[in-house]
Amino acid sequence: MADAFNFELVSPERLLVSEKVTEVVIPATLGEMTVLVNHAPTMTTIKPGVVTVKLASGQVNKYVVFGGFADILPTSCTLLAESAVPASEVTRDTLQKRIETIQAEINKAQSDEHKTKLEQFLAELTHLNGIVVPA
Amino acid sequence: MPSLKDLKNRIASVKATQKITKAMKMVAAAKLRRAQEAAEAARPYAERMNKVLAGLSAANAGNAEAPLLLSGTGKDQVHLLIVATGERGLAGGFNSSIIRLARDHAQKLLAQGKTVKILTVGRKGNEVLRRSFKENIVHYVTFREVKQLGFVQADEVAHKVLELFNAGEFDVATLFFARFQSVISQVATAQQIIPAKFGGDVSAEPTTASSALYEYEPSEQEILEDLLPRNVAVQIFRALLENNASFYGAQMSAMDNATRNAGDMINKLTLSYNRQRQAQITKELIEIISGAEAL
Repeated sequence: MADAFNFELVSPERLLVSEKVTEVVIPATLGEMTVLVNHAPTMTTIKPGVVTVKLASGQVNKYVVFGGFADILPTSCTLLAESAVPASEVTRDTLQKRIETIQAEINKAQSDEHKTKLEQFLAELTHLNGIVVPA
Repeated sequence: MPSLKDLKNRIASVKATQKITKAMKMVAAAKLRRAQEAAEAARPYAERMNKVLAGLSAANAGNAEAPLLLSGTGKDQVHLLIVATGERGLAGGFNSSIIRLARDHAQKLLAQGKTVKILTVGRKGNEVLRRSFKENIVHYVTFREVKQLGFVQADEVAHKVLELFNAGEFDVATLFFARFQSVISQVATAQQIIPAKFGGDVSAEPTTASSALYEYEPSEQEILEDLLPRNVAVQIFRALLENNASFYGAQMSAMDNATRNAGDMINKLTLSYNRQRQAQITKELIEIISGAEAL
C-alpha cells in the first residue's frame, strides 16, 4: 500500500476534489505524468485531457480538465484547472460545443502564434472527444 | 386636508409598495446566499493562483525579459479603468459608490494630463459614466441575459482587456468593484490588475526560497506567460463575484429600509385616517343632537 498524499482539484468556480490519494495521472503539456507521494516539486501546465485519481480507499475517479496548471510538492498536489468536470458528466454535446467555440476563436485570431496555440488546443479537444466518450 | 377616501387610497398604495419591497428583499436574501457561496467557492482558486504567481514573479524580479503583463510597459500614460457595476438599480448606494470612486479616479488622472479609457461592465455604470465621459468609454459589456455568472463571462471581459493591452492601447489597468464585507457593508474598491500586483504576503512566506527548487515543465518563462493572462481573468472573475454578492447585500438592506419606511408611513396615514373618521362621526352626532334640540 503506497503512502497517501493530499490532492486538490480546483476550478475557478469551485473546489472539486480535496482528498487523500495514492496516485494521480495528469495530462501535462509535455506528456502524461503520474504523480506519487514524494514527487519532486514541480510546476507544469496541463492540456485538455483526463485526470485519473486513485483515492486512498482504492477507488478510482476520473475528471476531464480543460487546460490549467499543476503545482506538485512532495506532500501534496494541487491542480488548478481552467474548467473541470467529472468524466461521467461529460457528453459528446458539451465537448462539441467547446470545439465549436474554439473554432470560432481560431477564425478570429489575428496573430499566427495565437492561432497555433488554439489549433493545438483544438486538436487535444478532438482527441479527447474520441477517447473520453465511447459513443 | 385630504378626504377620507384619499387617505384610504394612499394607505392602499403604500401597502402595495410595501409588499413589493418585502418580496424584493426576500428574493435578494435568497440570491445573496447563492452569490456568497459562489464567491467563497472561487476563493481557493484565486488564492492558489496568487501564491504561485507571487513565487514566480519574485523569482523573475529584475528580469528584463519578464512578460509585459508583469512588469508593465514601463509607461504610465494611458490608464484603462474597468468599472464593474450592477445591471439593475434599487440597491441603495451600491452602483453610485462604485461609480463615484471611478469618476474621482478618472478626474484625478485627467488632471494629471494622462489619457483615460473606460471599459464598463454592467448597464448601470455605463449609463451614468456615459454622461460625463462619453468619449472615454472604449467598450461596454453587459450580462443582462446571463442568469448564473460563470467563469466564461469573466473570460470574455479578460479577453477584451488583453486584446487592448496587446494592441498597446493602455499601460495600466485598474479594476473597480464593490468588495463584499458583510450584508450591510460593501466597500467600493480599486484594484490594479495590469501590471500585476500581488498580495503583501509575498515576502512573509518563503515562496521565494521554495520556488527556486521547483522543476518547471515547460520553462519558468513559458508558465509565467501562460499564467499571467489567466490571472487577469481570475481577478476579474473574483471581482464580478464579489460585486454580485455586494449587489444583493446592498439590495437587501435597501429593500429592508424601504419596507420599514413604508410601515412607518402606513402607521401615520392610518392614524390620521382614524382621527378624521372620528371627527366626522362627532360632527354628525352634533348635527343630530342639535337638530333634535331645535325641535
